[in-house]
Amino acid sequence: MNSLIVATLLLILIGFAYQVGWSRSRQVAPAGGRLHSRPNYHGARVAIWALVPALLILGLWAFFSDAASRAFVMAQLPSDVRAMGGSELAQALSRIEQIATGFGVVGEPAAYESAAGQALREFRNLAFALVVAAAAGTGALGLYLARRRIAPRLRARDEVERVVRYLLIACSVVAILTTIGIVASLLTEALRFFTFVSPIDFFFGTVWNPRFSTVGAGTGEYGLLPLLWGTVMIASIAMLVSLPIGLMTAVYLTQYARPNIRNAVKPVVEVLAGIPTIVYGFFALVTVGPFLAGIGDLVGLDIRATSALTAGIVMGIMIIPFISSLSDDIIRQVPRAMRDGSLGLGATQSETIRRVILPAALPGIVGAFLLAVSRAIGETMIVVLAAGNSPYLRLNPGEPVSTVTVTIVNQLTGDTDFASPQSLVAFALGLTLFLMTLILNVVALFIVRRYREQYE
Amino acid sequence: MAEILSQTQTASGAPGDTLKTIRSGLTRRHARERRFRAYGIAAICAALGAVLILFSMILAKGIPAFTQASLTLNVFFDPAVIEVDPRPEPQPGQSPADYQKARLDWERQVTLVNWNRILEAAIRQAAPDMEVDTRQALSIVETSERFVLRDRFVENPALLGQTVKVDLLASANVDNWLKGNIDRSLPDSQQQLSAPARALADRLLENGTIRFAFATQIFTNVDSRSAPASAGLAGAFMGSLYMMLVVIVLAVPLGVGSAVYLEEFAPKNRFTDLIEVNINNLAAVPSIVFGLLGAAVFINYFRLPLSAPLVGGLVLTLMTLPTIIIATRSALRAVPPSLRQAALGLGASRMQTVFHHVLPVTYPGILTATIIGVAQALGETAPLLLIGMNAFVAAVPATPLDQSTALPVQIYLWQGNENRNFFEARTSAAIIVLLGLMITLNALAIYLRTRLERRT
Repeated sequence: MNSLIVATLLLILIGFAYQVGWSRSRQVAPAGGRLHSRPNYHGARVAIWALVPALLILGLWAFFSDAASRAFVMAQLPSDVRAMGGSELAQALSRIEQIATGFGVVGEPAAYESAAGQALREFRNLAFALVVAAAAGTGALGLYLARRRIAPRLRARDEVERVVRYLLIACSVVAILTTIGIVASLLTEALRFFTFVSPIDFFFGTVWNPRFSTVGAGTGEYGLLPLLWGTVMIASIAMLVSLPIGLMTAVYLTQYARPNIRNAVKPVVEVLAGIPTIVYGFFALVTVGPFLAGIGDLVGLDIRATSALTAGIVMGIMIIPFISSLSDDIIRQVPRAMRDGSLGLGATQSETIRRVILPAALPGIVGAFLLAVSRAIGETMIVVLAAGNSPYLRLNPGEPVSTVTVTIVNQLTGDTDFASPQSLVAFALGLTLFLMTLILNVVALFIVRRYREQYE
Repeated sequence: MAEILSQTQTASGAPGDTLKTIRSGLTRRHARERRFRAYGIAAICAALGAVLILFSMILAKGIPAFTQASLTLNVFFDPAVIEVDPRPEPQPGQSPADYQKARLDWERQVTLVNWNRILEAAIRQAAPDMEVDTRQALSIVETSERFVLRDRFVENPALLGQTVKVDLLASANVDNWLKGNIDRSLPDSQQQLSAPARALADRLLENGTIRFAFATQIFTNVDSRSAPASAGLAGAFMGSLYMMLVVIVLAVPLGVGSAVYLEEFAPKNRFTDLIEVNINNLAAVPSIVFGLLGAAVFINYFRLPLSAPLVGGLVLTLMTLPTIIIATRSALRAVPPSLRQAALGLGASRMQTVFHHVLPVTYPGILTATIIGVAQALGETAPLLLIGMNAFVAAVPATPLDQSTALPVQIYLWQGNENRNFFEARTSAAIIVLLGLMITLNALAIYLRTRLERRT
């Protein structure tokens, strides 16, 4: 309700200020002469001058209002109530709050409660009126000052454009702030984790067994290697599946397929890229896992339904379109002259592809491969559902494994209290993951860019 | 080729042996060519097959879940069982708190009525000749459905003493049994329903009391733990909707603003290079790392509420931002420089050139990028798990600050439910809803792009 009133008032203020600036600039325009800026820029300039101070005041109030009204209520309470600690005090405060909003409380309120509630309500109304008045006042002051400066030669457009430019810069700083936020939060929490567990035990430990924090003093063992092994194994299986299929798809579609076939097949393959990973996870769990286990039974191998193999194969399917569309772009960048030259010398099409086009495209394909690996390493939901979550160093891909991402989810889900190593370890794992993908991405982007320059 | 070869042969008069070797080599090379092509076709078939298997499995499992067994019973609101006071009405002079208390006391009284007895009587009446005990009779109907009777009565106390036709959901086990999801030949010990209850379910289906109706509750109900048959997606859907709104409201202006700045205004220096590298890297950071950022910064540092769509939306915004920035930049880059030169030549400022002439041309590109980014965010699961959106929430969130889940998280929660038989189908149904939404969004993107591009 209150925020609606404030929003309406602000809108009125903006509209009024714009109108004032607009008509004032028309007034001061010399007959036959010209204004430097068109009236709508004058209007916008005055509106900015009116809006910014009003917003500042409202922002300050929004930030401090809760603390202020709490302090006010505390001052109203009798000393014996104030001396009560914790939950009783909180209960008294919430009862007063209910009286203040007019909802009332069950039964007869105590005298001090109704008095405080009444006072709180009056305080709120008064404070609200004061803040709105102050915002309107400063807004009007800004409006007045801005209006006074309007003159034919005033560069209103430049001023407005400068503000817009600052806003644009602010927008692009958000991306930097995100990175800083990621690095800072991962680093600080990971450092806190390393006060519990030494980095050497973490990075080179071979046993993963974080006990529950309730068990007592035992903090458990946090060896990264089993998780890293699971991650690497699943990513390798995924690449074994996706690289041949993705690359051959790209080769066939760019070199052999007729345009109408290409236009039909390419979007269908790319549908795979748009499917949410949780759907792949479910697919792995319900269809692929039991199918692989059945095949294993048939040939006498022991393959579990949830295993590195299941997760890896499904993740490979997920990455196919990623590899195929990246390689597609890269193969198409190979100069046509190289291809034509090879064909003209009598090589067959497949020989041209294998001996000329693919070697020429190799750096780009390596870049695409690395990007795909970084995606496979960071993938979470498929592995959460289908890898079996068993953090041991095992060679057999038919056995369940666990990965870095799965463990982050397991250790942090629904936890808000970052005090125990059990939840803090998620940030150390996240840092490891972030660094791994960062290096892969930087190298991949570097290679892809170098490659692009080579043929431009 | 062979012709040319034979010509050179005759011209040079070389021995026929060479011709033979070349011919045989040619067959080998052609065979290799055919094999290479076959690999390509096999790769495409593998990719298309994966799409086909994935979709057919989801559809085959999910479509049956859209119909569900429901009973139409003649329920007698027996005054002998329902012994409650008349419903309290607000009295003049009564505080809202006091009325609420009286009303809640009355509702508690109504809840304590033995609704199961009323339900049991109605079931027995539907199949009078079957011999079942109370538990067996009640196992036909989902446990939540007695509250449907209660809510009917709370809404309209005049029902007392009347017989009303009421549609109720059959329990999940009955649904499984009647759909044939459970092997009918399994011994009693492995069946979830007792033998008389199974016979009763079959009889009720025969005499038309149980029908398979379209399962509207998938769309209208919220998640339920105790009553699987009535579990629905409404809460998760609203949660996802709020998150998408947050993403659109924040990511589009921020993304477009920063793309415009970087592409049109930014000077080429270290700082803008840094932003550029940054954005490229952010686009490839695993989504779970954004979840860690959200947990550490939004939840732990800013103390925003856990499980709130607002926080989820913020995390997804940061994730979507690079996608929108990169796409907008490439759209801006595709605008011919002549357009800018023409505007600048006519005396427009750079800001006017960009906002009046360049940016409008890129609207189709920006729109497509936005929709694709939003669709991606809609399917994201892992970061939401880390900010507590996997909590069980039995209410539709009224504001973006209320507890909620999201569609993909609901899929994650349902696939882990113990009632596997029932929830495998339910999960597939939820996946169909999610994929349907994403396909709609993408189709919308394609439609809008072609339409807008034709106009400009």
